[in-house]
Amino acid sequence: MNRITGTDGVATGAGSPGGGRPLERRGGKGFAAGDNIFLGVLVIIGALILVVAGAYLVVLYQRGELALSTFGLGFLVSSDWNPVRGEFGALPFLVGTLLTSLGALILAVPLALASALFVTEYAPRWLAGPVSYLVELLAAIPSVVYGMWGIFVLVPFVRQIHLALLTTPGIGELAFIRTPPSGLGLFTAILILTVMIIPFTASVARDVITLVPAEQREAAYALGATKWEVLRTAVLPYARAGIMGGVILSLGRALGETMAVTMVIGNRTDLPDGLFAPTATMASIIANEFAEAVGNLHVSSLMLIGLVLFLLSIVINLLARWLIGRLAPRSVA
Amino acid sequence: MTGVSARNRGRRRVADAAVALLIALGTLVVLVPLFLVLWYLISSGISSIDWAFFTQLPAPVGREGGGVAHAIVGSLQLVGIASVIGIILGVGSGILVAEYPRNPIVAPVRLMSDVLVGVPAIVTGLVVYGAVVVAMGRFSALAGGIALGLIMIPYVVRATDEVLQLVPQSVREAGLALGLARWRVTLFIVLPAAVNGIATGVLLAVARVAGEAAPLLFTAFGNQFWSRGIDQPTAALPLVIYSYSIAPYPEWHRLASASSLVLVALILVTTLLTRLVFRKR
Repeated sequence: MNRITGTDGVATGAGSPGGGRPLERRGGKGFAAGDNIFLGVLVIIGALILVVAGAYLVVLYQRGELALSTFGLGFLVSSDWNPVRGEFGALPFLVGTLLTSLGALILAVPLALASALFVTEYAPRWLAGPVSYLVELLAAIPSVVYGMWGIFVLVPFVRQIHLALLTTPGIGELAFIRTPPSGLGLFTAILILTVMIIPFTASVARDVITLVPAEQREAAYALGATKWEVLRTAVLPYARAGIMGGVILSLGRALGETMAVTMVIGNRTDLPDGLFAPTATMASIIANEFAEAVGNLHVSSLMLIGLVLFLLSIVINLLARWLIGRLAPRSVA
Repeated sequence: MTGVSARNRGRRRVADAAVALLIALGTLVVLVPLFLVLWYLISSGISSIDWAFFTQLPAPVGREGGGVAHAIVGSLQLVGIASVIGIILGVGSGILVAEYPRNPIVAPVRLMSDVLVGVPAIVTGLVVYGAVVVAMGRFSALAGGIALGLIMIPYVVRATDEVLQLVPQSVREAGLALGLARWRVTLFIVLPAAVNGIATGVLLAVARVAGEAAPLLFTAFGNQFWSRGIDQPTAALPLVIYSYSIAPYPEWHRLASASSLVLVALILVTTLLTRLVFRKR
């Protein structure tokens, strides 16, 4: 009996928009039931997102457990990656990821900052809009398309540069240059990553620079500062934390960037022995070997690398959000 | 005294001009790769775009001609599956986050969807492989669509949340004052007011995942022929671009550059259009 009343109440509340209307307006009970069902559905959907996020951790851990129990934490410091002998160590990929990401950041940050300052401070209005749109377009081009451009344009170009360096007396003898000039390798990956992360640094930098209060600039101008002095002494220090957040956000992008890097880095599973040497990153080794991985241990090792990448990206993103949030509560990133 | 300060002022002016020049040059350097990539795509891809490109399967190795119809259909299928997941979970959570900010589940949902934005796409591929592909026992369009859908969710949540925040509070109050239930106010008054903005967000998210290859490598896997169903491996444009451009056949390179051109054109047109439409409102 009770149950029937219950269903009834629910039915009135959720009732078809046409038929149930007068009833609902009068009955406070049906009113609340409709709201509860609606909220209930939303909460279930929200909870599903939490489940998905949890599933990332659980699945990666479960599938990577075999490698973790076999190699322990030594997995992270061993540079021995040999699927045939069943030896797996992720050090070359950690190093490869670190070198490509940091290299790309060093090249990208000054350029991204320049473009952010250009659109916020220097460019006339009619130019600022299109330029910032074009910079954003850099982020819209898919990774795999950058990779293809890399293979057919950038790799031959880097090969020429490398050859020229190798034949230059005084430079060609340097150990970190002396690798076979294939064009595929660390340096090419750094170049392509640079292009890909610039829009992320630039858009955050642009947003936080726009948020610097006008009084800040006006005070500096009133003291007779030139435009550059205003930027250097009043604007950039104010925006520093936010820009740093953008830089770290870009670092997160660079760490996980897969296709373009996989296509130009040369995919060698050894530690890189030079600036132009072929190597691999965590993301590229997964992309390159997972589909053809033989044996549970190989699959599990790649999953474990995925887990490391997952945790790393979370830490970095939370750090970036915290930094950006300090300057600009909501609105950015 | 005056001489020194005049020289000093001169130096400061020069520094100022030098920095301005450097900044302009830096911006130029940022934009050059964009034009190089676009120029490369147009010059190498446009000659291969013909009727066959959109309607035929790739010709066997060694033969000329053919197209990537299977990958175009595959991509549409994958994006379709992804959109269902992305819209239901993304818009639903977005409504929750924006309209019920005091619900205890909102803070974790917001945090998790922000965290998921930063997770590399290849990791999503691994997770979907571990959960869906292993369970089904084979690569499939469904798994690929799920992977893309998971990537879409956080973008849709954020877009929905932001657009709903823009709907004036007075609109909600007006609805409630008429004696409407809160769910009706949300569904039939607030959502319609925000639907264009939400659609924009969904389209941008679609444009973003349509170009993803990494999460498809071991979920949708790719296919040289027509996919025989949602539970079978399927081709997709990004996968074709990847596997054809690393292959040694010039004929495949041709198809890869044409596919890149089509993909980038679709993505740029979508982003440009949604931006223009959104600007006008």
